[in-house]
Amino acid sequence: MENMKNPDTALLRIENLHAKVAGKEILNGLSLTVERGEVHAIMGPNGSGKSTLASVLAGRPGYEVTQGRVSFEGRDLLSLPPEERARAGLFLGFQYPVEIPGVNNVYLLKAALNAQRKTRGLPEVDAFEFLTLVREKMKLMRMEDSFLSRGVNEGFSGGEKKRNEILQMLVLEPQLAILDETDSGLDIDALKIVAAGVNSLRSPERACVLVTHYQRLLDYIVPDQVHVLIRGRIVKSGDKSLALELERRGYDWVAGAAA
Amino acid sequence: MSEETRQTQAELESLLARGYQHGFVTEIESDTVPPGLDEDVVRLISRKKGEPAFLTEWRLKALRHFFTMAEPHWAHLKIAPIDYQSISYYSAPKTKKDGPKSLEEVDPKLLATYEKLGVPLHERARLAGVAVDAVFDSVSVATTFKEKLAAAGVVFCPFSEAVRSHPELIEQYLGSVVPYTDNYFATLNSAVFSDGSFVYIPKGVRCPMELSTYFRINALNTGQFERTLIIADAGSYVSYLEGCSAPQRDENQLHAAVVELVALDDAYIKYSTVQNWYPGDADGKGGIYNFVTKRGECRGRNSRISWTQVETGSAITWKYPSCVLKGDGSIGEFYSVATVNNHQQADTGTKMIHVGRDTRSTIVSKGISAGHGQNTYRGLVRMLPSAQAARNFTQCDSLLMGGKCGAHTFPYVEVKNETATVEHEASTSKISEDQLFYCLARGIGAEDAVNMIVSGFCKSVFKELPMEFAVEAQNLLAVSLEGAVG
Repeated sequence: MENMKNPDTALLRIENLHAKVAGKEILNGLSLTVERGEVHAIMGPNGSGKSTLASVLAGRPGYEVTQGRVSFEGRDLLSLPPEERARAGLFLGFQYPVEIPGVNNVYLLKAALNAQRKTRGLPEVDAFEFLTLVREKMKLMRMEDSFLSRGVNEGFSGGEKKRNEILQMLVLEPQLAILDETDSGLDIDALKIVAAGVNSLRSPERACVLVTHYQRLLDYIVPDQVHVLIRGRIVKSGDKSLALELERRGYDWVAGAAA
Repeated sequence: MSEETRQTQAELESLLARGYQHGFVTEIESDTVPPGLDEDVVRLISRKKGEPAFLTEWRLKALRHFFTMAEPHWAHLKIAPIDYQSISYYSAPKTKKDGPKSLEEVDPKLLATYEKLGVPLHERARLAGVAVDAVFDSVSVATTFKEKLAAAGVVFCPFSEAVRSHPELIEQYLGSVVPYTDNYFATLNSAVFSDGSFVYIPKGVRCPMELSTYFRINALNTGQFERTLIIADAGSYVSYLEGCSAPQRDENQLHAAVVELVALDDAYIKYSTVQNWYPGDADGKGGIYNFVTKRGECRGRNSRISWTQVETGSAITWKYPSCVLKGDGSIGEFYSVATVNNHQQADTGTKMIHVGRDTRSTIVSKGISAGHGQNTYRGLVRMLPSAQAARNFTQCDSLLMGGKCGAHTFPYVEVKNETATVEHEASTSKISEDQLFYCLARGIGAEDAVNMIVSGFCKSVFKELPMEFAVEAQNLLAVSLEGAVG
């Protein structure tokens, strides 16, 4: 319940969330609270609803919320269209970033930044300032200059696409980043680069939700909390050691305990 | 469909429903010939324009031929019957004297019309470096920059003026690329053409500026039949821009133009069109029938003709800017973006006729369909027995928005020389929900996102347009197409 005397200070609060995809219930009473400054990892077997959660939060069409509520900085997140969610400071790092042929990478990024700045009453960033900013972040992500002139994800390798997602995140500086299996398909060097990018954005104001299969990523981005998602709800939460235990014992261990 | 998807859909549909922005009518007294088509009308037109006998005769031959022809119906188009006897074949704005000698003498209402269209006359023209031969209905009313062009030896004037000042060039080249017997609409044009533009670039001259003509259909129930002839003499270069729009009316209007290009040895003609004729309303009422014959002949060795078109308007578009590659080593190019929305129909493409050795052609066609629009690419690549080692590359891509539109591709290939190579690539795609969502998830609005994706799709064509036109083309696309997902 909203209470004027005790305003919700959580960055993200998910309560009893149920969601369907193509008529099938995937999220089944999920609750989660993320405070500013925290990093949460959501782990779980294939089909447990991890990516669905990320998609529902970002507002992807085709996902129907049937029950529950989500507030973001105290606002009703689910009533906002996807672009408004992004402008409010929510970022989704895609599991499979799409290619948009002919649309320049930097052009898209600049349009995104300016759209978000406009919502916040800030002037458009000028071209020189913007390029300086992007170059600085690209350096951190070890991306080559040629990337500037390429089409959005056009012909990118899997690793390049993921690095591009993190680059976008660094430029847009969201309040909450939801990274959907950003580690999948990355070799160890790329994983370190991606992790360095994510860590560089950690601050007491921001938060991050990492959706991942493997605990490997968590060696580099140390989470405050780890949650295990099974059949659309969180069945177990703990600290970093939970991830290690999962790695050792497998999801059946938790699934069995949850049954 | 979820609530959000429905909302997005509704939003996109409202974007698509955005109205035509050039639909105003200029009230001006016109000198209009009564509707009807016979030899007297043709003679009257010819007399009003003070034409020499050879031209009157040529028109009459065309008219006689026209009466032996039948309207073509092979295109993938649904056309309401046209009553050729109910059309008025000549409409000129009445001027107090013989005609305006300078811009000051031009009716201010006409100039205001150009202003609304954004035609850069006056100072803007000079700044933009664009010379405009503005065609208002049938008579050219203002031509700028003639002097500067004249200094370079370039002739750029209304067709009717060229008939008087350069009759020998007209007699030599008129109908030499598109003969009066060519096709139904070209034949009609040959009989009744009113005015248009004439360009001659002398040997070795690089035209000092982009040449531009703005066409506009104004009077009610008048067909517009321009005739444009561009001759690039040996070693010359010219870039010609054509922009079109027409007021909003319930009736369909016929526009049957003919454009002939001739490139001699080593000459290069770049012809760009941004066509934004009134497309009719959302229910398909009204709009321009755009039946145009455009053909260029690379007559000389190593000559080159390049057509770039962005077609966003017209109820029906029927045109195939083509190249006849006669000169050895000559090059023909066709870059096209054709968009249809609401009930618009387009059947467009090109013909590349390879005659000479080592001739090359490139075709890049981007078709975008939305609403109930039907978009057809129709292209012919013909390699004649003489076309030794000729090459063609064709790429046809279609983009669909929503589930009620259509895209069709009819590539025809005829190869009579086994050393010739023909390559064809084709694709049909939808603006994917994934692409759209990707942009939305970055905070970019639906309108801007679709615009961005479509522009990306058209990039390989837009980059062929002169800079100032590329911007206009992008804006036009934005107006006519923003939005829509499958």
